[in-house]
This record gives sequence, C-alpha cells and structure tokens, in this order.
Amino acid sequence: MIDSAVPMRVGEPIIELRHVDKWFGEFHVLKDVNLAVKKGERVVVCGPSGSGKSTMIRCINRLEEHQRGQIIVAGIELNADVKNIEAIRREVGMVFQQFNLFPHLTVLQNLTLAPIWVRKLPKKEAEEMARLYLERVRIPEQADKYPGQLSGGQQQRVAIARSLCMKPEIMLFDEPTSALDPEMIKEVLDVMIELARDGMTMVCITHEMGFARTVADTMVFMDRGEIVERGPPAEFFANPESDRTKLFLSQILSH
Amino acid sequence: MADIGATQQLPLPVERPRPVTASPLAWLRANLFNSIPNTILTLAALYLLVVTIPPVFRWAFIDAIWSADSGRACRGAGACWAFIGEKLRFILFGRFPYQEQWRPLLAVVTFVTLVLASCDRRLWGRRLAALWLAGLVVVGGLMWGGILGMSYVEPERWNGLPLTLILSVVGIIFAFPLAILLALGRRSRLPAVRAICVGYIELVRGVPLITVLFMASVMLPLFLPTGMTVNKLLRAQMAFTLFAAAYLAEVVRGGLQAIPRGQYEAADSLGIGYWRRTRLIVLPQALAVVIPPLVNSFIGGFKNTSLVIIIGLFDLLGAANAALTDVNWQGFYLEAYVFTAAIYWSFCFFMSRYSQMLEREFNKSRQR
Repeated sequence: MIDSAVPMRVGEPIIELRHVDKWFGEFHVLKDVNLAVKKGERVVVCGPSGSGKSTMIRCINRLEEHQRGQIIVAGIELNADVKNIEAIRREVGMVFQQFNLFPHLTVLQNLTLAPIWVRKLPKKEAEEMARLYLERVRIPEQADKYPGQLSGGQQQRVAIARSLCMKPEIMLFDEPTSALDPEMIKEVLDVMIELARDGMTMVCITHEMGFARTVADTMVFMDRGEIVERGPPAEFFANPESDRTKLFLSQILSH
Repeated sequence: MADIGATQQLPLPVERPRPVTASPLAWLRANLFNSIPNTILTLAALYLLVVTIPPVFRWAFIDAIWSADSGRACRGAGACWAFIGEKLRFILFGRFPYQEQWRPLLAVVTFVTLVLASCDRRLWGRRLAALWLAGLVVVGGLMWGGILGMSYVEPERWNGLPLTLILSVVGIIFAFPLAILLALGRRSRLPAVRAICVGYIELVRGVPLITVLFMASVMLPLFLPTGMTVNKLLRAQMAFTLFAAAYLAEVVRGGLQAIPRGQYEAADSLGIGYWRRTRLIVLPQALAVVIPPLVNSFIGGFKNTSLVIIIGLFDLLGAANAALTDVNWQGFYLEAYVFTAAIYWSFCFFMSRYSQMLEREFNKSRQR
C-alpha cells in the first residue's frame, strides 16, 4: 500500500484534509481545516502572516503534527506510523522560504543525496538525472559549486531541482520567493510556472498574485487558522465574498 | 544575501591597486612604534626577551655537557644532556626488555605513520579505517609478542611513549563515537535515552579523572567475581575512554546545536531517515563547527594520560620520573622534564596544526 505509484485518475483527490485542528500549546493555529487537492491541481494559498497557512502545508508532509482530524496524502493516512511518514515524504517535495540547501555539499551532491540513499539509485544514474533537472532550472553550469557560492535565486532553483530529483507526485512551496531580492523572484517563478505547465500537483503559499493568476486552479485564503474563502482565481480576485478577503487583497494589491 | 556579479559579468575589470611594499624601517614604524602605548609595549617585550633568552640559551647549549660517564662528572653551569643520552631508551620505553625495544619503537613509528596518513584527505573512508585497524593489530602484536618468534611481554612492562600513545589514541578512537552517541542521546526525544545520557555525562564530568582511575584500579576488582581479573592497563584504558567520552560529548552537542532547524526539515522532507540524516547532513556540519574545541579536548586528553602514574602505570612522564631515581644520575630534574615536555609539545603542536588544516578543508564550502 505504500507504493501508491499507481497512476491516479485526474480529478481524484490526492491530498485530503478533513476537519483538521492543531494547537501550538494553547494557541489554536488550525481550526477545522478542510481541503481537497486533486491530482494535477494547482492551489495557491494566501493570507496574512500568522494565519496558519505555513502550518497547514507543513502538516501535509508531517513536518508538523495535527492533533485532530484526518490527513490523507496519496492514499496514505498520516498518523504516528513512521513508515507511512517516510513513504509520504518520498512522494511530496517541499521548497522552503530559506532554501535549506545542505551547505557542506556541492549542488550536484545536494541533488543526488536523497535519490542515492532513499531511492537507492546508482550514483551514476542519480547524477545524470540531477544534471537533467539542473538543466531544467537553467543552472547546469553550477553543478560543482557549493550553495554559498550561488545567488539566492540560484539557490532556490537548486532547492526546487533537489525536490524534483525524488520524482514527487506533489510539490509544496512555502513562500519560495519571500527571501529573494526582487530581481531574482522572476527566475524562480518562471521555473515554477514551467512545472505547473507540466502538470505537477502544487500547493503554493505565495503573495505573488501575478503568479497566482497565471497558474492557480484554486485560490485559498486563510486567516486566523481558518480557510475563509476559496475559488477559481478569476472570481476570487474580481469579487471576493468575505470582508476579510477584500481587506487582505486591497492591502497586497494596492502597491 | 549579497550577490555580486554572480550572474552578470562586468565589462572591463578595473585593476585593484597593489599594496606598496614598504621598507623594513617603515614597517617597524607602522607596526611596532606607531603610538606611545605600542612603543612602550614593544620596548617592554624586547626587555623581557633580552633578560630571558640568553641565559636559557647558555644553559641549554653553550654551557651544556653533552657526554659524561656519570652524574658526578656532569655537574656544571649548564644542562646535562648526557643524562638524557644515558636514559633515553629508559624514558622512551621504560622496563620493556632491553633487547626487544625495537618493538615499542616500531609501534610508535606505526602510530605516527597512521596519524600522518590520516592527514591525506584522499585516503579518508573505508580504506583509512582498514589501515587503522591493521595498524592497531600490528601495534598490539608488537607490544604483546608471543607470535612470530617474539617473546611475550606483559602489559605491566609497556612503559614510556608507547603507553602514552596507546592510551590516548585508543582512548580517542573509542571515546569519540561514544561521545557522538551520548550527544545525540542527550538531544533525543525519548525521555529514557535522554535521562541516561544526561546522567552519565553529568556524573562522569563532575568527578576528577584521578578518581575515575582509582575506581577502575581499586574498586572494580572488588565487584568482579573472584578469580576473574582484568588487566590494569585495560582498566585504565576503559576509565580513560569513558572519561574522555563525557567531555567530548558536550563538545559534540555544542556543534549539534549550531545546525539550523531548516537542515533537519529539508532532510525530513526528502524522506531521509534519522540515522542517515545524522550521518550525512547533521554530523558533517556539526563536527566541522567544533574542530577547535574538539582538538582542544584531544590535546587535553593526551596530556591527561600522564595521570595513570597514580595507579602504577609508567607512561612517558612516569618513565622519566623513574629514570630520575638512578643513584648514579641524581638530581637532573630539569633535563628530564624539559625533554619529556618537548616530546609532549611536539605531539600537541602537530595536533594543533592538523586541526588548522582540517578547518581550512571543511571551510572550503563556505568560501564564496
């Protein structure tokens, strides 16, 4: 059951959150969150800081544990069973705001580490694949450098390639461009747009609304631990229903 | 994160101005006499050098006696290096059978070769581990004997430099992995594991090494069933290893704390399990950060081996002390201690240079 690599029909949910609640101590971060993401669907999550959006996607690969409700990813329910968690993490790639590349390894080693040790790929095969993905994120010439020698935008593209090398079913993006200088945001977004075109299932937290309009199938707005509103981007941006959404959109779109 | 010229190229590089090479006089003025306090310090340092260096030099070289038949013929204003010449083999190898002392000499050479081989990063990995294992077997065979026509020598007679090296090298080889496990355990989420590790570290760290050695040598036999004995050297080695592990564990823990949470999360999100994450991502970074305090502990441990004299084992310093009791050569304390200190110093100096090389090696990834 772990190998749910059986191709799922488009339209079937690959991520499901049912009545999920989570507390940090006494603080109720996620309140009855329900979300279904279909295979191939691109979901963009936005909301003010502290609204629980980051916590929500970190629950999907169990970097955070939820305390109530059900989370089912690629047909596997997330619970205390470690075997399941590692199986899910193999299928779910994640890109962080701070890149989190391994600074002591070269770019190529960053990319091949998990395929070699987790997927048990022969080193040569893993390196060939890694070079292919570096090509795709347009930095094949940086393979032998260390992360510290790259710009922020290049590091984030390496991080995306590193996740892709595990051939994940789903990619999670946790504010991937928030730590970048403005001139580097585009090079990262371009890579993500390309990924979306290839049909990757994506859940993406971002405040880049131009990007959201381009790729999102569904917009989700979160505030104070709840999903306040969701819908296709055209409606979401044109006439949001709730006042909170209106306020938020007016704040981030005004400048 | 600064990001200068990583993606675009400047059209014409402007040449950086070369520093003007100054005359020696200008250098002196700029570095030693550039202000009143600095001038005072320079003069004070010069005065100290003038007062101390010539007498020491005269004692050690000009007035020194290099050969003499007995202690009586060796008294003068300078050092009596004849004493060291006379006692050299005793200080280095102690009571190891005189005719067989090529064996401990070869053991020392083996150790030094192994350590030097470890400096070459290309050898790192399984090959070096195999080399060490073979080296330790060779050292054991040489010291013990009883094979290949070598006579058996009981461990009580392994004295001097080989004993110092065995205690410290074997101690570090076993203490270091134990320390890593203790440090990981202290940060474990499992309460029982954490409690054991914290208890062990705090208990052993809070007791002087001498006490641990005493307990190993006097108390341990009381607890063992009658008839069963563990040899004294092994007991000291165990005490020493367990003691060093507690100290090293805290150094390693310091390194573990320097690893940002993001590194763990990145590894987790790739499905890399606990042990692989620790081995491939956490430890390489954590240990690189703590090379200076780690080597500090190694150096401290190396010199701590001289405490085994307390339980009747004669390491380098112990053998030097024993050499001083010869009626024919009495009173040459200074010579004996200067000589042993020089040996200790050269090993420690090597370790410190080695640590600097490692730091450079590991910091390559942080260069831009």
